Amino acid sequence: MEFGLSSEQILLQDSVNRFLSEQVPLDVVRKIATGESSDAQPWSGLTDLGIPGLMISEANGGLGLSSVDAAVVSELLGHHVTPSPFISSAIIAPALLQAASRREDLLGSVATGETRIGIAFAEGIGARNDAGLAVEGGKLSGKSLFALDADADYYLVSTGAQATYLVDASANGLARTNLTTVDLTRSTCELTYDKTEAELISDDPDVFRVAHDAGLVSLSADTLGTSQCALDQAVTYAGQREQFNRVIASFQAVKHMCAEMVAGLEPCRSMVWYAAHTLDEIPEESTMMASHTKAHLSEVGQFVTRTSTEVYGGMGFTDLVGLHYWFKRAGFNRQLLGSPELLRERAARAQGLAA
Amino acid sequence: MDLSFGAEYDEFRTEVQQFIAASSDKSPKQGGMGNAEAIAWQKILIEEGYAARTIPEQYGGYGAAPDIIKSRIISEEFSKAQISTGLGGQGISMLTPVLLEMGTEEQKQQFIKPTIHGEMIWCQGYSEPGAGSDLASLTTRAELDGDEWVINGQKIWTSTAHLADWIFCLVRTEPEAPKHQGISFLLFSMDTPGIEIRPLVDMTGDANFNEVFFTDVRVPKNQIVGQRGQGWQVANAILGHERGSLAPPDAAQSRLNGVIKLMNTESVNGERVIDNPVFRDRLMKIQGRVLAMKCNDMRLLSARINKGQDAKLAGMVVKLLGTELRHELEALAVDVMGEIGIAYGDNPHLRGSGSWQYQYMFYLGLIIGGGTSQIQKNIISERGLGMPREPKPAIKANA
Repeated sequence: MEFGLSSEQILLQDSVNRFLSEQVPLDVVRKIATGESSDAQPWSGLTDLGIPGLMISEANGGLGLSSVDAAVVSELLGHHVTPSPFISSAIIAPALLQAASRREDLLGSVATGETRIGIAFAEGIGARNDAGLAVEGGKLSGKSLFALDADADYYLVSTGAQATYLVDASANGLARTNLTTVDLTRSTCELTYDKTEAELISDDPDVFRVAHDAGLVSLSADTLGTSQCALDQAVTYAGQREQFNRVIASFQAVKHMCAEMVAGLEPCRSMVWYAAHTLDEIPEESTMMASHTKAHLSEVGQFVTRTSTEVYGGMGFTDLVGLHYWFKRAGFNRQLLGSPELLRERAARAQGLAA
Repeated sequence: MDLSFGAEYDEFRTEVQQFIAASSDKSPKQGGMGNAEAIAWQKILIEEGYAARTIPEQYGGYGAAPDIIKSRIISEEFSKAQISTGLGGQGISMLTPVLLEMGTEEQKQQFIKPTIHGEMIWCQGYSEPGAGSDLASLTTRAELDGDEWVINGQKIWTSTAHLADWIFCLVRTEPEAPKHQGISFLLFSMDTPGIEIRPLVDMTGDANFNEVFFTDVRVPKNQIVGQRGQGWQVANAILGHERGSLAPPDAAQSRLNGVIKLMNTESVNGERVIDNPVFRDRLMKIQGRVLAMKCNDMRLLSARINKGQDAKLAGMVVKLLGTELRHELEALAVDVMGEIGIAYGDNPHLRGSGSWQYQYMFYLGLIIGGGTSQIQKNIISERGLGMPREPKPAIKANA
């Protein structure tokens, strides 16, 4: 019995961490966030490390690694608040296409970083007032909100009935508008369709479910890294900042805030590992675990990122320190692919406790 | 990531299951110390290697080599079958490991066998009215008079003192030494003249604890574990053991299953509580936390099995999180029942023999006992995160 990262996974962690620390520090993230630069730079570096092909099978031109490997990478991307199309191109798209056994031919060029596949799943998870999507004769009309990756070459679009379609970004009748969110490290857009040509990938909600679960675990791992880094920064700052002739880390009020963050976060690491493990090895538990893990991590992530900001005091509220990038990343992750309430209900349904 | 224990252990699990199938009818219906049925069951368990498993045969145990996985399998299977895993109590869970590590050969011979067989019941004399979170400031004194210690002082929160044959007790033997270095760990019979026990009724209505008073209690000089002044190290070795065991995730899982059952049977205005989305969301929130604790526990187990794996802070958070979680879990069950949830004592409408309301209160006690949640947070931040201790204030003028 071994519940933890393997030595290969620790090597993967070290190499990705080294790349992100050296090549994509916060000042590079800021440039991407303000539009001076784009996520193409980090994505190309991650491609050199083989990251886009992590979950793509070897037959389809990828590395065919495990969901725990993917969670290790997601955690680091959260830790460094890295802008990248990782969750859409490297996690959800391969999960969906491989589960459906459709258009796997696209995945080879995803693995080499040439092709990016965006994800427009909001409709299949919980359609909002402003949304609305119709399919008629294999063509899409209406719109998808908060599609991931404004620079994708293709989009995988879910309908309210959780049927999924592939749309070429250059198709006639497709318009794409960038949508600003609170998290400038993420690229989202609105897709509007006017009788846009779309290729059915699957009308089986189970296929959608598998891809949704994979996305939930990846976002959970991202929140884990985001929160851990915010906590680490807060503890370091508390050890340096002096008031009343003492470092503030010596005040019990501050120490207890930090201890509460640790207590919330430490079990989350094991929960993310286990949820990732169920995706590959224990499919009968994976939907319940993925839903619970994302919901729980969202609550803990919210608590940790706001409490870290409080430890920093006024400086935490400024743009100077940049801690808000972590706060906002956790805030974005919380809503994407299902807010905690929706996911807890999904977990209840997965156990037959709700209709 | 490998969650299987392997073929050797599958075989062991089958053996345990076969034992349970053949013998579970002998498991005592009621627990409690000194219960003859429970003592007989304990004897069977020790003979079969399901209790006192790693305690050497010469001290009355089964004498198996330590194997964390086998111990885990035993506990899983017994818990699944909902039968008794044998006697508990502070003599077995806390004193025995200490004696094995620090006791003299004579002490091991004298105490371990009757203790693990339930023939010698112990209580723990640590906390005092003036020494709770700051346990090392305890003032019960033992002075050497010839070949005897003479003990004077008072202990509190002494569970099972009224049932105990013996006590393991922290006393101050070197009043001039720094507070952590002046304490000794003594063992003595509760029949010794000069001991008075007063039950302490708590909020549950039961006397789960006692106060114990010592007036010129005379104890043979050799009934000390470790050296004079080493008692603090001895005590800390077992307190660490107690903290994790106050809130095991398997017990939380089993109570959670109980809440789900309750929500399926209780109703409000004809609607089952499980069908009410507000209650269901609370249930799911608690379930998410139970799952997180179970995963955390797997990581701890794995780090114990695989040398070189580091569970980092995962162990330090268990007492804090586990007791708070249980308190909230029991609170949910009370809320599920509404007015029926406040039924208590002889109320004919009790559910689960009133255990929900009882445990709800009892776990508030455990949030405080065994190192309060606030002390746990000090430990996490100081030992886990390396944050500095609170500076000592100036000593009170007339202290």
